[in-house]
Amino acid sequence: MNIGFYLIVFQYTDSIGKGTGWGRDEFFVFLATTWIINSLVQTFFMPNAQQFSELIRSGNLDFALLKPIDTQFVISFPRVDWAALSNLFMGIILLSYSLYQLTTRIESPLVLDWRAILMYPFYIACGTIIMYSVMITLASTSVWLGRNQTLYNFWFYITNFSRYPMEIYQVGWGIALWAFFTFLIPVLLVVNIPARIMARPLNTMTSQMWQLASFAVLATLLCFLFSRRVFVRALKSYRSASS
Amino acid sequence: MATVTSHQPYHGSRFKTWWTILKISLEERFVYRGDFALGTLMRFLPIITQVFLWYAIFAASGKSQIEAYTKKGVVAYFMLTMISRAFSSMPGLCSGIALQVRDGEIKKYLIQPIDLIGFLLLTRVAHKLCYYVIALIPFAFVFFFCRGFFESGWPEASILCAYFLSLVMGFLLGFFIEASLGLVSFWFLEVTSLVFVYNLLNFFLSGHMFPLDLLPDWASQFVNLLPFQYLAYYPAAIFLGTIPPDQVWMGLAVEACWLTVFIIIARVMLNRGIHRYSGFGG
Repeated sequence: MNIGFYLIVFQYTDSIGKGTGWGRDEFFVFLATTWIINSLVQTFFMPNAQQFSELIRSGNLDFALLKPIDTQFVISFPRVDWAALSNLFMGIILLSYSLYQLTTRIESPLVLDWRAILMYPFYIACGTIIMYSVMITLASTSVWLGRNQTLYNFWFYITNFSRYPMEIYQVGWGIALWAFFTFLIPVLLVVNIPARIMARPLNTMTSQMWQLASFAVLATLLCFLFSRRVFVRALKSYRSASS
Repeated sequence: MATVTSHQPYHGSRFKTWWTILKISLEERFVYRGDFALGTLMRFLPIITQVFLWYAIFAASGKSQIEAYTKKGVVAYFMLTMISRAFSSMPGLCSGIALQVRDGEIKKYLIQPIDLIGFLLLTRVAHKLCYYVIALIPFAFVFFFCRGFFESGWPEASILCAYFLSLVMGFLLGFFIEASLGLVSFWFLEVTSLVFVYNLLNFFLSGHMFPLDLLPDWASQFVNLLPFQYLAYYPAAIFLGTIPPDQVWMGLAVEACWLTVFIIIARVMLNRGIHRYSGFGG
């Protein structure tokens, strides 16, 4: 359905934002990247984060704590929602289709760079880790809030900002939003960096974009460490709920 | 004569029952008022990204107007669909009915003098009333703050009446469509995927995602035949004056027809469903 919306949008404009380079097919690479990362998060981490909140609320986290293995590891991976993986395939199909369109178009066709092909999965992994960190941080707050039914809402509202090219925020007071979601909660880097690397020639990357790409690696690391800290702090505040 | 007098207390007690249901539901709802107000403010967050997206689209297209909408008009449209959706969205109604059918809770409506659809409608009315009372402050704040987006100001009184009517009918239409969907569970038991498809269609065809005027002609002719547009697009379009004033009432009449159709469908389905239903266990 998203595709339908953007097809309509691209009837009225050639690109998203003036001079940003996000034309129809470039943007579909972006969209495909969004789908791929979201489906990875929803398949592997979403069910576990929800389960974690529930474990805290019901006091069943005791059983995870007793096991002689890292608790964060134990609660992060047990469940897999295979149904959500279908979006991954949709993403890959859309990615292949739009890359085909980009490389075979008559006017300045895209030449796929081997460095881009290597960096793309790397940055997808980085993006997924950032998303995982945000999610586990949110889920950990259930320890203090008791119950966390709004977890999913929060998650939706925060990740909503990551769904569009970051250039659209770089006007007026949007700069503040851009800075917030790039440097403080770096969800804007999640999709933007891999999509930018894949959708357009690497030699058109500005030095600012390269800096952001390097920062994304650092941000991934920092996010993960931060979420780990919050998780450990949360465990320390955890008081079991059963008798 | 005897029949008349015997009906009198019956109607009185029915009204009392309904009033009690409404009152209890209201009290239940007001418990989480803080959470509610915060949640409502949060709901405007996605609009911010929409604003930036559409400004970028306008900047790139070089046009000052896309179909009937200016740059500000699109934002006003999205804000108004928030109001439409506040009336027509029915979170949990469909899955709630399905769950009650599946786990047998529906039996209570069979043995108590309460009508299932009436009860759910009243709970929903209470839910919405309470929501509006608490959401009024964040809504008023956001709309006042963003009043610059409404370039043509308030519409005239008759259009405003039509607007409110379309919102109320939007609420009822949303309720009866989802109730009918939920009642399918008498036959299917599991309606999750049905709800998923409905939500997807609703999101796209109701105008929640984008103004329906942007659709190509062949598609908009098709969408005009469906009831979805009344759930988000139609009230907003009335307010913004996108629909010519002489056609507004015609559209409302068509909406009323849709509403009647879905009321009948829900009733028939409940009747048939209950006859089909078998409750086991204690």
